[in-house]
Amino acid sequence: MSTSPSRVALFITCFNDTMFPQTGRAVVTLLERLGVAVDFPLEQTCCGQMHFNTGYADETIPLVRRFVDVFGDAETVVSPSASCVSMVREAYGRVAQLSGDAGLARGVESLVPRVLELSELLVDRLGVEDVGAYFPRRVTYHPTCHGLRMLHVGDRPLRLLRAVHGIDLVELPEATQCCGFGGTFAVKNADTSIAMVSDKVRTILDTGAEVCAAADNSCLMHIGGALSRQRAGVRTMHLAEILARTKEDSEP
Amino acid sequence: MIDAGTPSFPEAARTALADAQLRHNLGHATQTIRAKRAAVVAEVPDWQELREAGRAVKERVLRHLDQHLIGLEESVTRAGGIVHWARDGEECNRIVGDIIAGHGVDEVVKAKSLTTEETRLNEALAERGIRAWETDLAQLIIQLGDDMPSHILVPAIHKNREQIRALFARTLSEASPDLTDDPRELAETARRHLRKLFLGARVGISGVNFAVADTGTVSVVESEGNGRMCTTLPEVLISVMGIEKVVPTWEDLEVYLQLLPRSSTAERMNPYTSLWTGVTDGDGPREFHLVLIDNGRTHVLADEIGRQALNCIRCSACLNVCPVYERTGGHAYGSTYPGPIGAILTPMLTGMTAAKSLPYASSLCGACYEVCPVKINIPEVLVHLRHEEVKASTRARGVRERLSPEHAAMRAMARVFASRRLYEAAQRAGRLAQWPLVRDGKIRRLPGPLRGWTAARDLPAVPSQSFRDWWRDRS
Repeated sequence: MSTSPSRVALFITCFNDTMFPQTGRAVVTLLERLGVAVDFPLEQTCCGQMHFNTGYADETIPLVRRFVDVFGDAETVVSPSASCVSMVREAYGRVAQLSGDAGLARGVESLVPRVLELSELLVDRLGVEDVGAYFPRRVTYHPTCHGLRMLHVGDRPLRLLRAVHGIDLVELPEATQCCGFGGTFAVKNADTSIAMVSDKVRTILDTGAEVCAAADNSCLMHIGGALSRQRAGVRTMHLAEILARTKEDSEP
Repeated sequence: MIDAGTPSFPEAARTALADAQLRHNLGHATQTIRAKRAAVVAEVPDWQELREAGRAVKERVLRHLDQHLIGLEESVTRAGGIVHWARDGEECNRIVGDIIAGHGVDEVVKAKSLTTEETRLNEALAERGIRAWETDLAQLIIQLGDDMPSHILVPAIHKNREQIRALFARTLSEASPDLTDDPRELAETARRHLRKLFLGARVGISGVNFAVADTGTVSVVESEGNGRMCTTLPEVLISVMGIEKVVPTWEDLEVYLQLLPRSSTAERMNPYTSLWTGVTDGDGPREFHLVLIDNGRTHVLADEIGRQALNCIRCSACLNVCPVYERTGGHAYGSTYPGPIGAILTPMLTGMTAAKSLPYASSLCGACYEVCPVKINIPEVLVHLRHEEVKASTRARGVRERLSPEHAAMRAMARVFASRRLYEAAQRAGRLAQWPLVRDGKIRRLPGPLRGWTAARDLPAVPSQSFRDWWRDRS
């Protein structure tokens, strides 16, 4: 691995930018606390995953081109979404191939290794597990499918959570089972998706946790949506938001 | 294999999801087999290398499939067998029917075979007055109940012991009046029924797991031994084989005989591996026919991304780990091949028209790819088939497709994401447009195609400040 970066470009993702700005604020707070300067290129929009995975390959090509234009010069790109990073890492090569544009293919090939998911940046590149966070709550962690099986982030997020001061981290039964989100799957196959999230909610409630954490707000919006509908009294939080909390925060 | 009138996956799934008995049976069965598989796979230190070998051998075979098949034909013929080539299911059924009729027989015994399910051989034979008896225990349960298989390996996985007891009591004269749901008693009842059939049958039919081109050796892998009865007792044996089942040599076969049992039944080795080479005087059938069937496989082969589906050795590990299959069961897929492998194989074998909802019957969680013993990247193929489906619909329906709500929305969003100005305007518009829907920071009911989300899930309201607004304010 190359040296620890002192400056990173943040790819917030369109979804977090619009729906979960608190996650982006937490990433900035956390990285700056660790001495890393954060850039946020305002021209960024969407990685194209929804288009690509729903079948709209042609519509994905300009989004990939845009991503490469916006982030091509960054030494390190970090994103608080395992799913969007896996889109970049696993599918961008294919999209570039479909475009028939050799320049885009070269741009993708050069950029992809520099795009990291947050826990990869923290553990592998910055070499930290204890980020100085304080969060005295009972938390359970759901490893999202794309982080687990496409990025292979392994136990990096758990190592970060275990090092949080005051945390009561409890294991989630059948943790590796999909929550049933799957992008447009949640709408196209709503009944099956609901059956899957019902079981996920059951295992979360079994832990007695107050917070369900994950490294993907898309899955958390799904799980959180079901918890909220059931008035289950459990909230969802992105990993970054827990890692950003310190003793100095008014509401830990 | 799939009919034009088959309901779409979401429709069929809705019915299956409401069946509490089915959900319970499937949940129990898949969780048990998942845990067992994980344990026996963990025992093999070079499992990942074996998977890679399994993938590589298939890739090599598919690259020169024609040569391997001609080689197989020569070897089987040299060993005294007769090889037939069938372009599709209809041709296959006719060939098999002619052979049986040529022996003046109206009853045959069958070992479990997915390929003959695919061609609907039993129905075709029945039309010619030939009764085909299924002898695989689960397949027998399906046949007696006039049911459809719902799993590749365990066709009756959707039935529990009590349901099977009731079925046997109703349909088998060999069932004792006080039959219980003890598995031993159930198996004994089936055995008494099957024994008579095995001893009387003059023609047997089987599928093929692997065929070695080098020697012309054909192999069936199974658990019960009933397949071995079918392939050894009758005078005439007809084996139906998909053309992708050929392997070049015995060394290649060795790879799959390690991968298959651990992946399918979670056993270190399967109880029965039958291997035969043509015919042998005084031992086994006196006449052996091998029917090589295409039935769409060359279409799959022509698809650069999709062809990896032909690696499949029908282990069903992908079904057992699939969170969708676990909840809907196999019937919802409306196809001979259910689960993740069926969701990619069926649309490619039959053409997209009847099966176009199948590539969407997945959350792309990737559990199938992780366990596949021959490394079929099922999520990759699913997404590829979604691209093909959108392309095909656009070709077929033109402007009407481009104006469909989904397609129009996708194109509109692509335009929005192509411009920072439009994207930021859309963020502002979203905040404004949501106000009639928001109560206490949540959206509890969405209109139109998105209503499925709010059927059981709230949606957070779009917050008043986007991240980029915060960033701009800050700097």
